[in-house]
Amino acid sequence: MDAHAYDALVIGAGISGMQAALDLAEKGYQVLVVERQASIGGTMAKLDKTFPTNDCAICITAPKMVELARHPNITLLTSAQVERVAGSVGHFEVTIWRQTTYVDPEKCTGCGDCARACPVEVADTFNGRLSRRKAIYLQFPQAVPAVYTIDYAQCTGCGACDRACGPGAISFLRRSQPLTVTVGSIVVATGFEVLEPTELRREYGYGRFANVLTALQYERLMAASGPTDGHVTRPSDGQAPRSIAWIQCVGSRSTQGGHPYCSKICCMYATKEALITREHAPDTATTIFYMDLRAYGKDFQQYYRRAADHGVRYVRSRPASVSENADQSLMLEYEDTLTGKVASETFDLLVLSTAVVPPPENRRLAQALGIAVDEHGFFVARDALRAPLHATREGIFLAGGAQGPNDIPDCVAQASGAAGLAAIPLSQRQRTAEPVPPAERDVAAEAPRTGVFVCSCGKNIGGFVDVEAVTASARALPEVAFAEACTFACSEDAQRKIRGAIEANGLNRVVVAACSPITHGPVFQQTCAEVGLNAGLFEMANIRNQCSWVHSSEPGPATTKAADLVRMAVARASYVKSLPVQTIEVTPGCLVIGGGAAGMTAAITLAEMGIEVVLVERETVLGGKLNLLGKLAPNDLPASTFREHLVHEVQRRPQIKVFTGTEVGEVSGHVGNFQVTLDGGLGEAITQVQVGTIIVATGFREVDLRGRYGYGDDPRIITQLELERHLRDGTLGKPRSVVMINCAGSLDAANPSCCRIGCSVAVKNARLVHQAAPGTQVFLLYQDLRVYGKGQEEAFTQMLAEVAPQRIRYDAERPPQVSLEHGRIMVTVYDTLLRDELEVEADLVVLTAALRGDGETPRLKQMLKVGANAQDFYHEAHAKIRPLDFTTEGIYLCGGDHYPRSIPDTLAQAAGAASRAAIPLLRGRVKVEPIVAEVEAARCSGCGLCVPHCPYGAMRLDPERGVLVIEEVLCKGCGTCVAACPSGALQQRGFADAQVLAMIETAWEGALV
Amino acid sequence: MSEPFEPKIVGLLCSWCAYAGADTAGVSRVQYPPNLRIVRVMCSGRVDPLFVARAFEHGADGVLVAGCHPGDCHYLSGNNYAEERFAKFAQLLDFFGLDQRRFKLAWVSGSEGARFAAIVAEMTEELRALGPLELKVQ
Ligand code: FES
Repeated sequence: MDAHAYDALVIGAGISGMQAALDLAEKGYQVLVVERQASIGGTMAKLDKTFPTNDCAICITAPKMVELARHPNITLLTSAQVERVAGSVGHFEVTIWRQTTYVDPEKCTGCGDCARACPVEVADTFNGRLSRRKAIYLQFPQAVPAVYTIDYAQCTGCGACDRACGPGAISFLRRSQPLTVTVGSIVVATGFEVLEPTELRREYGYGRFANVLTALQYERLMAASGPTDGHVTRPSDGQAPRSIAWIQCVGSRSTQGGHPYCSKICCMYATKEALITREHAPDTATTIFYMDLRAYGKDFQQYYRRAADHGVRYVRSRPASVSENADQSLMLEYEDTLTGKVASETFDLLVLSTAVVPPPENRRLAQALGIAVDEHGFFVARDALRAPLHATREGIFLAGGAQGPNDIPDCVAQASGAAGLAAIPLSQRQRTAEPVPPAERDVAAEAPRTGVFVCSCGKNIGGFVDVEAVTASARALPEVAFAEACTFACSEDAQRKIRGAIEANGLNRVVVAACSPITHGPVFQQTCAEVGLNAGLFEMANIRNQCSWVHSSEPGPATTKAADLVRMAVARASYVKSLPVQTIEVTPGCLVIGGGAAGMTAAITLAEMGIEVVLVERETVLGGKLNLLGKLAPNDLPASTFREHLVHEVQRRPQIKVFTGTEVGEVSGHVGNFQVTLDGGLGEAITQVQVGTIIVATGFREVDLRGRYGYGDDPRIITQLELERHLRDGTLGKPRSVVMINCAGSLDAANPSCCRIGCSVAVKNARLVHQAAPGTQVFLLYQDLRVYGKGQEEAFTQMLAEVAPQRIRYDAERPPQVSLEHGRIMVTVYDTLLRDELEVEADLVVLTAALRGDGETPRLKQMLKVGANAQDFYHEAHAKIRPLDFTTEGIYLCGGDHYPRSIPDTLAQAAGAASRAAIPLLRGRVKVEPIVAEVEAARCSGCGLCVPHCPYGAMRLDPERGVLVIEEVLCKGCGTCVAACPSGALQQRGFADAQVLAMIETAWEGALV
Repeated sequence: MSEPFEPKIVGLLCSWCAYAGADTAGVSRVQYPPNLRIVRVMCSGRVDPLFVARAFEHGADGVLVAGCHPGDCHYLSGNNYAEERFAKFAQLLDFFGLDQRRFKLAWVSGSEGARFAAIVAEMTEELRALGPLELKVQ
């Protein structure tokens, strides 16, 4: 292949770009990633934690960064930008400008001697200008690539760095250069920025008063690797603030401000920042001044309630002005919109949740790419409803913040979706074959020489555990040949050191004492593999999650415990063996369960990638909810038209076999080889199919509200879904007054969740009711209007203008009452803004009912061995970075069964699930579980006691030899059989008795004599 | 007066739920006493009563075995076997003169960080009251 020919180009390497690149590379395509900054990681690398799980952001970003940097199918260009794109889909010719950084990445060791020598200090933009850095710098400790960069605009050319650089990596002769490459398709993932509200100076004092920050700056204050090592202090005097206020929607939701849209993520990140602030410093008073509290996503409402319970104060308000007091605290004047009172309050620190804005760079890039941006500078989709990820030029796709405000899981889903779509034009191309694993050293005969690496994880571990002492105690253990402390063990730079230490010291076991093996084990195993050490020879001691984070107030015992955990891991390491890696062939084909918008889109995307699909729908027709809906937001396309379109696209593709009126009967097998029974119902044939992967797209339903709000008592009390049917069929009639009650059955004690889409559905339907029956008075009863993101807020404003509904805000404590009096429907509600009880007569009551997952979920989840919550929504593998995967390999999810979502969001997820499910299918082989059970035939008495313990049918007795035989592909590695064997003939690879006992026996040194 | 007694606990945790729950306790910074040393296995079904016996033999004052909630075992039924096995095992503890309270079998999901911490705290408290384990038989 031509050195400059790639299959796909990904522009931007934040979480979206990284995910898109990895999804494409995993399919075997050669991907070129172009990032403008010196390091990949994007905004997510700047965050402290992520909502609603409080995951440490860098801890889940860094492994992806490392994975991307070392992926054999990915070429990474940082400090580079796309200049021009000629040609067309399949044959784009791309000109890229590579900005020189004057540092040779091959030679730079990331030691930092240059930065220490550099005399030029400038504001550190990564830290929101809250600290200073040198003109030669590393963006942040975990930067990938871990190479220093010269900020040319600031450099005086004094040459101090050059003189200080041991390896001679610096050369001022390196020039910026253009580079031309060819690619088949392009993903644009340039992310977002936040408004620097200097134009709002007058109102909130940003840039004028020292103690007014943006929320992104505050995020850096909280971050352990930030300018204050994670201690929140006031910029003016370095003191810990006693009171902090957040002002929401600064610049957003304001036509005058130029950002009429809702920024979607601010309510939740402000909640997160306030909550974590209080967890760290419980005496800090935290107040959030908001307009509407938009806690719209899965578990968001619960997170918001938790923050409120932890003492975060929420004030629904209109902030007016900010002034600075003599002690540089800030006086905020505001109107409380619930009490109607004007008040003023003083805070030590003020944080502005400013609008999410597109990078100014987008407009130039749009020209280069020949695609459109909207009036704000966000890239626009070809069709906001039906093709949300297609840019306006064929072969170019959009993901993440580049096209509007998005939270991380939506970014990741879109990124996978864009990668799936970008793979379609490549489907005729040759894919890179499965990489041959690096040669392994045979260490079986060697005595253990263990290397121990103790991570301080910035302050996460180092702040509570004496890392040097732990390292020293490890060094004293007889098996340990090498021990060293490191700041961020997962950083590219530390990984390089680990590899170096393994080679230099002939290490044959590696113990990393850091965080959890569940999140980070694979990263280190990969590192070891690169220098010939089998994954089985790696061990982890979890001194962060199990120690520093949970014994924060007891540094002494925490350090002792960390040393104990390391000793246990070292003891186990002496008994570990290489785990042979085996792969099995993948049955081509994917099963898609559910034939709604999500399932059909997933099936079409897969088919276009050239993959065979079995699409199963329980109902007799395809379409799912599209069969019930009237018109779709945002452009009023009739649902039936969209349904027809999708059904046609499904039916015209020979790769898709459709089974309607069919249920999934039984599922057995594993990733690569699932056997599925399809049951066509009474008297119908049972069909067996074999597939390599499965996508679950079973949608959602309204909860049964019978007995509440008068539902079921009168045909004029209906749900939104029933209203949709009236609108579709033109059977609405001419009601004089329509009362819509939002959050019916939501946000209460029994079901604390927010259904995510109810508000926007109500907004859309209010307008459609008004069109169908002009003159109708619409009453909209709501708690918070959660019309989040780009487009929804605007639709809401438009609806208000057209429909002029009467809006009534109620409180969950006093839900509206619906009663029937002599055939009249009366709705009584306490209006919290008017502070008065109102009574309205309704010709029609429309309940925006709470939503839950499909009724079949409890059965399906058992069969597929996946999890679901109390509302029957499936558990994704990770709330932030694996929204489309199940923990069970080879099974994926999309659409409303994950959580209710808009049609465009559903389609993005569906394309994303298709992308995920295509990976094993396109690779053709998957790795087999290496930690399977094994039998020592000589010790096996053939008693068969173990056989019923295996739920996978992996064990059977060989009648001739009278011993047990294990089918390794079926074994999932639980080890239950091993514990059941009375004769010690069974062992589990990686969890053999000796390995487990080594830890148990060294856990508490003072063993009994 | 002598130092207050700090019990030593060994925890055998299934990787999918209980260990993940311990991780979550960490992520949410829920504090609990530093008296536990965790050993990860893939499933509570892997835990051989021998492991527990050895832990007592090698200095533990208490042993915690924790897995997924009934019905949630990543391997479907491993925790059922664990439950069966340890119901019998607990009887044996009596026989060896070990207080049954020194052994605990618990179910913790991956999201129950706070619950995990509470279980450890409670067990530590209980063992503090029971005092150090003195094994009579070898
Ligand atoms: S995997 Fe947790 S008990 Fe089986």
